[in-house]
This record gives sequence, C-alpha cells and structure tokens, in this order.
Amino acid sequence: MSNTDFVLAVEDLTVSFDGFKAIDSLNLYVDRGELRVVIGPNGAGKTTLLDLICGKTKASAGSIKFKNQEMTRLPEHMIVRAGIGRKFQTPSIYENLSVFKNLEVSYPRGRGVFGALGFKCDEAVKAKVDEIADMIGLADRLELEAGLLSHGQKQWLEIGMLLMQDPELLMLDEPIAGMSARERELTAELLKRICRNRSVIVIEHDMEFVARIAHKVTVMHQGKILAEGAMDKVQSDPKVIDVYLGH
Amino acid sequence: MSFDEIYNITLMQGFAGLSLFAVLLLMGLGLAIIFGQMGVINMAHGEFMTIGAYTIFLLSSLTESHAPGLMQAYFPFAILCAFIVAFAFGWLAEWALIRHLYKRPLDTLLATWGLSLAMQQAFRTLIGPKEVSPTLPDWLMGSWEVTEGLDIPINGMFVLGLTVLVTGGVLLALYKSRWGLRVRATVANRAMANATGINTTRTDRVTFAIGCGIAGVAGAAFTTIGSTGPTSGSLYIVDAFLVVTFGGAASLWGTVVSAFGIAQTQSISEFFLSGSMAKVLTLLLIVTILMLRPQGLFASKVRR
Amino acid sequence: MDAFKTWLDRSGLASIAILAVLLLVVFPLAMDSFRLNLVGKYLSYGFVAVGLVMLWGYGGVLSLGQGVFFGLGGYAMAMFLKLEASDPQSTAIQSTPGIPDFMDWNQLTALPLWWEPFNSFGFTLFAVVAVPVLLAFIIGYAMFKRRVGGVYFAIITQAVALILTVLIIGQQGYTGGVNGMTDLRTLLGWDIRSDEAKTVLYFVTAALLLASVLLCRWVQLSKLGTLLLAMRDKEDRVRFSGYDVSMFKVFAFCLAAALSAIGGAMFTLQVGFMSPTLIGIVPSIEMVIFAAVGGRMSLVGAVYGALLVNFGKTYFSETFPDLWLFLMAALFIGVVMAFPNGLAGLYESHVKPWLARRKGAAAKAGEPPAGTPGEAGQQASAPASSSPAASHSTQAVAADGGLGIGTKVSSQSA
Repeated sequence: MSNTDFVLAVEDLTVSFDGFKAIDSLNLYVDRGELRVVIGPNGAGKTTLLDLICGKTKASAGSIKFKNQEMTRLPEHMIVRAGIGRKFQTPSIYENLSVFKNLEVSYPRGRGVFGALGFKCDEAVKAKVDEIADMIGLADRLELEAGLLSHGQKQWLEIGMLLMQDPELLMLDEPIAGMSARERELTAELLKRICRNRSVIVIEHDMEFVARIAHKVTVMHQGKILAEGAMDKVQSDPKVIDVYLGH
Repeated sequence: MSFDEIYNITLMQGFAGLSLFAVLLLMGLGLAIIFGQMGVINMAHGEFMTIGAYTIFLLSSLTESHAPGLMQAYFPFAILCAFIVAFAFGWLAEWALIRHLYKRPLDTLLATWGLSLAMQQAFRTLIGPKEVSPTLPDWLMGSWEVTEGLDIPINGMFVLGLTVLVTGGVLLALYKSRWGLRVRATVANRAMANATGINTTRTDRVTFAIGCGIAGVAGAAFTTIGSTGPTSGSLYIVDAFLVVTFGGAASLWGTVVSAFGIAQTQSISEFFLSGSMAKVLTLLLIVTILMLRPQGLFASKVRR
Repeated sequence: MDAFKTWLDRSGLASIAILAVLLLVVFPLAMDSFRLNLVGKYLSYGFVAVGLVMLWGYGGVLSLGQGVFFGLGGYAMAMFLKLEASDPQSTAIQSTPGIPDFMDWNQLTALPLWWEPFNSFGFTLFAVVAVPVLLAFIIGYAMFKRRVGGVYFAIITQAVALILTVLIIGQQGYTGGVNGMTDLRTLLGWDIRSDEAKTVLYFVTAALLLASVLLCRWVQLSKLGTLLLAMRDKEDRVRFSGYDVSMFKVFAFCLAAALSAIGGAMFTLQVGFMSPTLIGIVPSIEMVIFAAVGGRMSLVGAVYGALLVNFGKTYFSETFPDLWLFLMAALFIGVVMAFPNGLAGLYESHVKPWLARRKGAAAKAGEPPAGTPGEAGQQASAPASSSPAASHSTQAVAADGGLGIGTKVSSQSA
C-alpha cells in the first residue's frame, strides 16, 4: 500500500493461535496527535492488538506501518527505538530501584552493551528525569524505592519511563485500573498533556473516563472492529449496544 | 563389504539401538512427566534408575539363595518391585526436598544434584563400589536368528516389549484416569485446578513418585544390557535430559520420537566410528538442532 | 569521613580491600610455598565463581558448563607448555622426536597443523581468552536470541561439557586423552615447578583475580549492571524500553567464559597439568556450588566460597573420603534450601546487624554512627517490596545491601 499521513496504519492484520483467530483481518488508522481509545468486551483482542503492534506477538498476516515503515518483521527493541512505547496492564517497573533510577534506566542512550557500560548520568539525563518526574507528579519521590509507591503512582511511573524515550506513539493498557477517583482525574489530566505532541492509544473499560479523554473511540469484538468514531456516536450504535448488552 | 552385509549390520545395530532406545525412553518419560507437570528438572533421576537396577539385583540374589526353583519366574515380579521401591523413594524425595523448591527451577536443579551425590555415596557405602549383575532367567538369554547372518537378541525384544507396555500404560493413565485428568488440569492452570478442588500438592507428589517409579523400571531394563554400579544412572542422565528437551518438553509423543532418534543415531554411528566419536556426533547434532529450534521437535503454539 | 565511609560501603571497595590484604599479605606471610600453591589452585577456581556471580547472580542465567571454558583456557596454556617441554633433545628417545609424548605414543608422526600456532606465547595468551569467548558467543547468541534460558540453557551447557570431555578423551593422539597433558615444565625457559616460581605464580593469580573482581564490580555499578538486575525480574519491561535483552545476556556469558578461561590457564601454570576430569559435568556443577556457597550476588563472597569449598574438599577427601560426597550433597541442598544467598547473605543478615548493634551500644552516649539507620531502613524495605512471585529474587537483591543499588534508597529514606 502507498504511504499515508497516519502515524500508525494497521491493515489486514491477522493472528491465529492454533486456528483460533484472536485478531481477524483488522484495519486501524491513527492520526498524529490523536488520543484513541480502544474498548470492547473481554476477549475482544484489545491486548493482543497492542502485543502485535509492539512486536510481543508476531502477526500471522497483514501489515503494521508506523510512519510508513513496516514493523511486523522488526524485533521488539527496534520497534521501541522506532518510537513506539508500550505500558503493560499491571504496573511493570523495577521495584528494587529508586524512582530516579527507574527513569534514568529508561533514558534512550547507551542502549548497546558497550554503550551501557560507558553510560554516565550527566546533566542532560538529570534534567530529563526532573522534567518527567514533575510531569507524573513524583518529583518529591525521586529517591524512594519504586516498590514502595502506591499502585497509582506505580502506573504513573511506568508512563513516565515511557515518556523518557519521547515516543511518537504511546500505547497504554488499562492505565487507570485500580486507581482511586482522585488518581483517575490526575491521570486524565496527564494523558491530555502528553498527547499534545504524540499519538496515544489507550485500552480502557471505564466509560466515564473514556468519554473524558477520547478523541475517537474504536470498539473491538471477536478480533474485529465493530465501530469507530466519536464517543456519543459509538455509544448509540445499535451493534455496539448489542455486543455489550446482548451477552 | 557387500550391500547385503551393510544392510544386515545396519539392521543389527538398529536392533541393538532398540535396547538403548528403551532405557532412554523410560528415563525420558519419567523426566518429561515431572518436568511437564512441575517444571522441575530432576538431576537425581539417574539414581532412581540405579535403585531399580539394584532392586532387581537384590531380588535375583535372594531368589538364587533361597528359592532357586523360582529363578525362571522372578523377573516380572522383580520389575514390579523396582517400580514400587523407586516410587517410594521418589515420594520421600518430593516430601523432603522438592516441594519446598517449586517456582525455583534452577535451585531445584542444584538441590537434586546434591540428592544424586548423596544417593551415589549411599550406594557405594551400602552395596559396594563394584559393579554387579543379576542372574537373569535363561529365557532372556540367547538370540533369535531371523535369517542367515541376522541375529536379534531376545533380551532386547523383551525390554522393548516392556517399554511399549509402560509407555502405553502411562499414556492411558494420563488421558483416561482421574489422576491423568488432575495432572493435565494442573499443567494447564495450577491456580484454577487448586480452586476447583484438585489437591495439587498431592498430585505433584504422586506425579513425581510415578516418574521415579518409571525410572526404576528403566533400571530393570538396564540390567539386561549392562552391569550396575553406583554411578550407572549418571551415565544416562544427560542423554535423558536431551531426549526430553529435544522432543519438546510438553509432548510425550515427542519424547518417544526423540528417544528413538537419539538411540538410533548413537547406535548406528557407533559401528562406523569409535564409540566416543559416535557419542560426540550424536550430542553435537542434538545441541545444534536445539540451538536452531529450541522449542524441540514437537511444541504447541500458545498465546503467552 | 562519613561520606567516604558511605562511598566505600556502596562501591564494595572496602570488602575488596580486605580480600586484597588477605590474599596479598596475610596468606603469603602465614603459609609455606606448598600451601600457598594450594591456595593459588583454589583461587583459579575463584575466577569461575566470580564469572558465575555475573552470569547467574546478576544475569539470572545458570550455566552448568563453566568447566568447558575453564578447560579451554587451561588446555590452551597446557598446549604451549607441552610444546616447550617437547623439544627435540628431551624427546630424543621417541620415534618422532620434537612432538609431545602422547602424540608419539599414538603413532602420530608430525605435529597437527592446529597445534602450530601454540608455539607462540603471544598467540597462546590470545587464544586462552579468545577461543572460550568465541564459543560462549556462538552458544549464547544462538540460545538467547531465541529466548532460551532457565533449565533449557543449563541442560544445553551441560551437554556441551559432556561433548568436550568425550571429545578430549576420544582424541587421545591430539589431546593426551584421559590422562590429560602432563609433565609441563617450563614457561619461556622459566622452571614453573620451583618453589620460587610457584610463589610468583600465586601472586600473579591473586592480582589477576583481584583485578577481575574490580572489573566486575565496575560492570555491576554501570548501567549495564543495573539492566542485568532489572532484566532478571522484569525482562519484558527492559525489552520494551528499547534494549536488546539477548545481547546483554550474551555479554554476561562471554564475560563469565573469559574469566573461567583465565582461571583455567592459571590452574595449568600452577598445578602443572590439565586433564578432562577437571572440566566435565561433575566439576562444572561443582563450580556453581563455589558461587552458591559464597553468595551468588557477591563477587568477594564467591572468592571465599571457592576457597572454602576447595579447602573442605582437599581436607575431607583425604581424611574422610566416604564422608566427602555426603558433605558435598548437604552443601548443595543446604545452600539452596536454607541459605540461598550463601555466606555473603549470612553476613548481611546476621553479622552486619550484630556489628551495628555493638557499635550502636558503644556509641550510645555520643552520636549514633552513620551506618546504623540506613541498615534499619534496608531491613524494613526488603519485605515491603517483595511480591509473592518475585520474593525470592527480591530477597537476593536486598541481601546484596551494602554492595548493591538498594543502598542509595535506604540511606536516604531513613
């Protein structure tokens, strides 16, 4: 297919596990600076979709183009270096390291073996860590061991670790799961801020939260896209209502 | 060498390889069940085989001195005893050691190595450092001449029959019995199996003991092709590991195929090369294939 | 002064300095050259143990084939020494003078081509490190790129150890077979069997070992060390932060291989022979126990582990040969079940708090010493951060305490 202006263009994507098609010839396009929310019932294939984009799972067929560059054949770390960041469903941070170290390790320099041996935490790194820590509200927690953070703070820290790399596409799998109402509010603010200069894909179940942040909503069902568009339009779509209430 | 001779030699080496195949398969089967079920690599597995072999030897000596008239009949009974004794020791080992180490596979590896050292030294102290051989019933001796120049040893045939019986029994038990159902449920999802009322602790112990029991039967098979010493088991342990990994750890069918392949490669190349070079060639082949295809020959694709 | 103390503690230099004094001053003063040579032999196993701390403790990858690299390094050195010992004058009674005796016994009439480069000392030194590293790279690259780890990797490395020993024993004419390479005499004309030479070689071994420990400590403190630890617990997070996880493991494996090989070469020089019985499956797995006894997370601990286990082995296998294997078995089981962090772990959890308490009691009237509150923080933070799944590895990191990355946090939070 030809080049596009989309930051991410997924076409005819299929993956099957022993004959079961978890994703079935799916198409998805994400604009620059867009915040897209993917919703759908359990088992719709949302997490699998993110796994495919970031290379954790290899596609059976189809293409994933990021800035017009094919991603399906690249190893995971090359996909990350191309500019795709992925946050996992449960907070995945280095519990034994300090918040500062967590962020420092995520800084995109010294990624090779010998680069890592010679890596020095200079002013540029410190400045970046301070900037991101400020953004995720952990500026006064830098020296704390990350395992001691609250659940919500861990989620933010993982988002911060991704932001350290300035990805052009950020994918978040249920970022507010297990958060208090106050933390949800703060997270919504954070997401609005970080999508100013990058695209974000969020998987989320909480409709109130979705309505607050989404530019556009994609509804998935049985590995396919059921509906796509603005939140209110999608919510009144009879097919979507059927999927959510019909079961 | 004429073509006919080469054909006969290949066939004979092939049949000789069947005895090795039987021992490897029985060893691998026990290992595979334990590894598949608990993710535990049992480095002492070879010593459970030795226990089986020693059981046969002890029973043969007892029969010889106390009831010489039963010499022709003791062997099948002794095989059963080999299973039971190895099973009992396996049960004990799981209770004393293995159950404390689940989720730490590498540590289990070291601990079971320690167990194997202790068992070897115990054999040396209790039974003696010399290699021993049981007196086998006469009907196991000799060979069957199929055609001119082609002899097939009877003990090989017997061992093969025994292996088929045990393998069939294990497969049957795994897919038809309640125990098999519990094992498969635990393999698929330990937490869920626990929640549905399966006593996974007990299932683990039984599985480990059955694996060790099968190693005991392997020891019985081993007595027909070699003499038993304190370190006999350790000679087979690496091969048995490779059988399991090469076959694809979760696949019992793979264990059968890879045991056959490894035994035959070893046995046939032994005729053309020296014994040690045949071993090197076989191992090198397996390691190279495992480097290119680490999931083994048979592995199912599952979403992880 | 306090800042200096914290720095010493954090970098682990204090414990390395104590080890250096012990190896370079105390042992040479307290022992005759026979015993010193024995300690030197144990120290050459220390290289393997230090390598395993990097690979197993930090990288989370257990190799049961470190004897392979120890052997390759040892054999490379032995080949050079054997060639030097096989000059035409001293081998004049052979049917082919000028080649190693075992070749002559096996009816070889010329030196095999691949032996030729080992006439050069420079090439030998290069080969001692390069051959094992190359092998480690090939195995590591093939396995780690395909995400093979854990018990699979352990079994493959064990198979490699078996292959190498069977090969060496089988190819008697080229390798000396099961007897190994014996009767090594001189290094560049210098008699390595003399008492004086043994003492010099001891010092070279000890200095190289200390340098290796320092090098590994530097790697641990670099970002690479942090990443290795991070990978052990959260491999996916590291991968999805843009790192090629497999190459870090390959590096750790190559580093461990290089260290083992240097140990093997120093072993050959000090003991005067190299044989397949020193490098097979059983010795390879015993090398793991050196690191385990000392503490799989502690470089200095690994050296003590190698010293202690080997000392025990020499003592018990001479005095109570029947008991030795039982003792070794108990060591394997005990260190795994009861003391997963070995001597270093015991030191961190028992000796250090006790020392701190004593110091605290002594200083009660005056100011409390700087280290104590940090220690308390360390103890408190360990259980809080352990999730059920990661509790074992968390414990390992926490026990690293004084040397590891956790220290910074605890001293600040207290």
